[in-house]
Amino acid sequence: MLRKFRKLDRPLLLVVIALAAYGLLTLYSAGRTDVVTIVATIWERQIAWLVLGIVGAVLVYRASPRLLEWAAPYVYGITVFVLLLTLVFGSGAGTAAGTRSWITIAGHRLGQPAEPAKLAVILMLARWLADRREPPASLRDLAYPGAITFVPFLLVVLQPDLGSALVFIAILFAMLYWAGARPALLLLLLSPAIGLTVAFSTVAWGAWIVLLFALVLYVRPYLWEGLTVMLANVIMGVIALPFWRHLAPYQQNRLLAFLNPEVDPRATGWHIIQSKVAIGSGGWFGKGFTLGTQKRLAFLPAQHTDFIFPIVGEELGFAGVVVALALFTSLLLILLRVARRATDPFSSFCVFGIAGLFFAHILENVGMAVNLLPVTGIPLPFFSYGGSFLLTCCLCTGIVLRVAWESRQSGYADLGQ
Amino acid sequence: MSRLAPHLLDARLRAARSLVWVASGVLVGMYFRTQIIDHSKYDVQSRNNRLRPITQPAPRGIITDRHGVVIAENVPGYTVALWPAPEDTLRKTLQRIAPILHLDAAAIERVLQRYRRAPYQSAVVMTDAPFDVVSTLEERRLTLPGVVIQTEPKRYYPDSAAVAHVVGMVGEVTEQDLAGPRAAPLRVGELVGKDGLERSYDDTLRGQDGERFVEVSALGYVVRDNAAPDLLPVAGASLQTTLDLDLQRYVSRVFPAGMSGAIVALDPTTGGILALYSAPGYDPNAFVGGVSADYWHELSVSAAHPLLNRAIQARYPPGSTWKLAVAAMALRRGVATMNTRMAIPCRGGLQYGDRFFHCWTQGGHGSLTLEQAIAQSCDVYFYQLGLKLGLTSLLEDANDWGFRARTGVDLPGELQSIFPSGPEYFDRVYGPRRWSSGVVLNLAIGQGENTQTLINMVRLYQMLAGDGKSRTPYLVRPASEPPYDLGLTPEQLASLRGAMINVVEQGTARGARLSDLKIAGKTGTAQNSQGANHGWFIGFAPADDPQIVVGAVLEFGHHGTVAAPIVARVIAHYLGADTTAARYRFVLPNDSTPTPPDNRLLGAPPPDSLSVDSTHAPEIP
Repeated sequence: MLRKFRKLDRPLLLVVIALAAYGLLTLYSAGRTDVVTIVATIWERQIAWLVLGIVGAVLVYRASPRLLEWAAPYVYGITVFVLLLTLVFGSGAGTAAGTRSWITIAGHRLGQPAEPAKLAVILMLARWLADRREPPASLRDLAYPGAITFVPFLLVVLQPDLGSALVFIAILFAMLYWAGARPALLLLLLSPAIGLTVAFSTVAWGAWIVLLFALVLYVRPYLWEGLTVMLANVIMGVIALPFWRHLAPYQQNRLLAFLNPEVDPRATGWHIIQSKVAIGSGGWFGKGFTLGTQKRLAFLPAQHTDFIFPIVGEELGFAGVVVALALFTSLLLILLRVARRATDPFSSFCVFGIAGLFFAHILENVGMAVNLLPVTGIPLPFFSYGGSFLLTCCLCTGIVLRVAWESRQSGYADLGQ
Repeated sequence: MSRLAPHLLDARLRAARSLVWVASGVLVGMYFRTQIIDHSKYDVQSRNNRLRPITQPAPRGIITDRHGVVIAENVPGYTVALWPAPEDTLRKTLQRIAPILHLDAAAIERVLQRYRRAPYQSAVVMTDAPFDVVSTLEERRLTLPGVVIQTEPKRYYPDSAAVAHVVGMVGEVTEQDLAGPRAAPLRVGELVGKDGLERSYDDTLRGQDGERFVEVSALGYVVRDNAAPDLLPVAGASLQTTLDLDLQRYVSRVFPAGMSGAIVALDPTTGGILALYSAPGYDPNAFVGGVSADYWHELSVSAAHPLLNRAIQARYPPGSTWKLAVAAMALRRGVATMNTRMAIPCRGGLQYGDRFFHCWTQGGHGSLTLEQAIAQSCDVYFYQLGLKLGLTSLLEDANDWGFRARTGVDLPGELQSIFPSGPEYFDRVYGPRRWSSGVVLNLAIGQGENTQTLINMVRLYQMLAGDGKSRTPYLVRPASEPPYDLGLTPEQLASLRGAMINVVEQGTARGARLSDLKIAGKTGTAQNSQGANHGWFIGFAPADDPQIVVGAVLEFGHHGTVAAPIVARVIAHYLGADTTAARYRFVLPNDSTPTPPDNRLLGAPPPDSLSVDSTHAPEIP
């Protein structure tokens, strides 16, 4: 027992502890507004979730990856079942009041199943990829992992929570890449989505089809696969407009406001403008901890969840932002190192999938605050308030620590040092 | 395990690491751009986001008289306002305080409407709130969030109606004012001068409003007062006028109650106005903080038009006061001297052509010199003098001496006096050859196409009292207009003054004679087709070294002899003479000019004004 802790991956543990502390302080500050709201005390609840997360992380840490590998299908199955339940019985809450993202029992909101579902998908994909001897070489080979991802993806899209759902896609592509799938093949898999995006301009769509044809010739998949890809892109081009109309107005607005925040400065664009004002007014060293005026005066929307990072920018300035980004970058690099040194394929895939999960969340959340990416309501690891996601992050950390420990046990660590 | 072979893994690891580094680099770059390069832009935005300026009205400048006695000042007034908030919240608060402030539904809507015009300013509910309302609100302060009671400088005129037409009034700026050109930009709700000195010198008197900054949340609630250092209001510059407030008060006291008219007193050496009073007056204090509908109605329906400044905004036929102008013309052109007698002595009238022009006294004055004719105000003498002078000369001199112009006094709304510009005027009105030189007879005695403002006539006597040059009447700063010049020698001026002393000592204005003070002056009776005639008297004193010129016009005053004693008392008060000891014996001469018989040809008033009751004049209170 003691030996296990002595052989912990200290850099990883330190970075995670630093991030958790940084995040908790920021969340505390998020509650310090002039007109006191419910946000004032949520940092205390976040501590409770963190304690629960640490307990979970310790438990996972003590469990062998073999146990996780064995349990993956059951975890996945239960997750899909809960996601189905959520669609039927779910309720909205907080900044996503109009959706069915929460599992609620007798009026008590327990959590958002979409968050642990990401971990379940990682485990399930890792198990399937680890079982294969060869990297997926054809689109047919990608059908099974695609299906594993697509089921929870679809269930989350239906909530509707497109932002969270896209994280599943990011995880899938990260793990397929790590499994050795050719990037061109992955591009073919992604092509219908790109086709959907460019379908709003006939010229762009035509150029894309030509490009895609060249790609198909380069990859040289089976004939029917090539045809399917082309057909899928054509279909996407056709249904793009009806699909756009099918999107909820807030989703449409978010995309439009991403292109030009001034389009609608009082509604969706408002969030982006206020976020940029908060960050920009921070300058080099910020306005001081808890003293951000944008936040205090409620100009910053969802300052405890989606837009928590602008608080760092406003109150601690560029210096605070660089420290946070340095911690996040360290975390990702450590995860990559652990994935590289894992003693077995399942562990390696798990850790890389977790890296993909964190990467997607960090890039999207930090990027949207400065209008680099469209606004989606996905949380920032260890910063945003949210029990389910914090718990998921803790469990992920537990898994990675275990994998790191195992590789040290087998003496791998010494190779690299 | 081939796909997890170390060399393949390392290649993917390098790619993945590169992606992480690139993403971190891009993010750091984006944040650097937002936080460092564009910092100033967002800094300004974040300040504007939260700070809202609340205007702190600057006190208007104080207006004093020539001795520094206050005519207009500022006293603390209470303004009830609401902090900026969402309209629903404002409406709720307004409904709660409505019973205390006696607001009806329409008043609530007016408040909200004003608020919409200037959002983020506090919503003014009531200016100049009475003290009991303020104390009730203060008691319930805790249960009425968002209600603020600001002390704001409030205009106050201690002498009220006595100075009304001089100082004018202030009022809230209108849409028209906002559109018009001004030295300084105006804001909605600002107080500006509406009339009188308050308007003429508005740019001087109006200070620079201060600003107090409150911090407002995204939802529009004020969360902190004094969020930034206040910009203190700068008070307007004070204004010292030429007015003698003591004299002004005296004028308002001696002015016969219930009568309409005006009195102007000025210093003949400078043109500085010592007193300017118009009756009936109004209470300028009632306009501070918005005039009540009742009072406004009362003022606007009144037949006496209290808002009219009769000293500068009303024209009257000058009557016999005009005879001094004709005498001056004759002296200047050498047509007559003070001892010149006319060919036809006065026998109660003059036959000219086929018409008979009456003198005001049926008995006639006999043969008179010019000096005697001025004292007796003999119309027959002046008919002949006018004929001797000729129409062209009379019109020319009158135009040269500003009887067809404004004086340029520094008060708003002065009317231009009316006088024919030349003989072509008669061609235009009656047609060429349809009029005779008989019009000169009327013009010579102050009738006909000649209506003057009081201040313009007072200026004539100011010229006569001094060196023959005009001084533009002014209250604060004289206009730099070229002076008019009568072109008379000092001897001629002195002889005219001597004739005017005779008016007071033995002539038509004997009521004005004060035992130990020599007053020079002239009465006048303005024919009024609508009722009783208007009475004039303009005089100055001391006659040998004039220090004050006073003119009075009394509407429906029948005759100038009514105005003369009032003017005399004003002069005596100013010069410190003992007025109580003086005995006033009201001699009731009548120098009103009989109407020429042919008014079709001459454009004179109808003949009913002939029947002047020469034995009766109103009592002087």
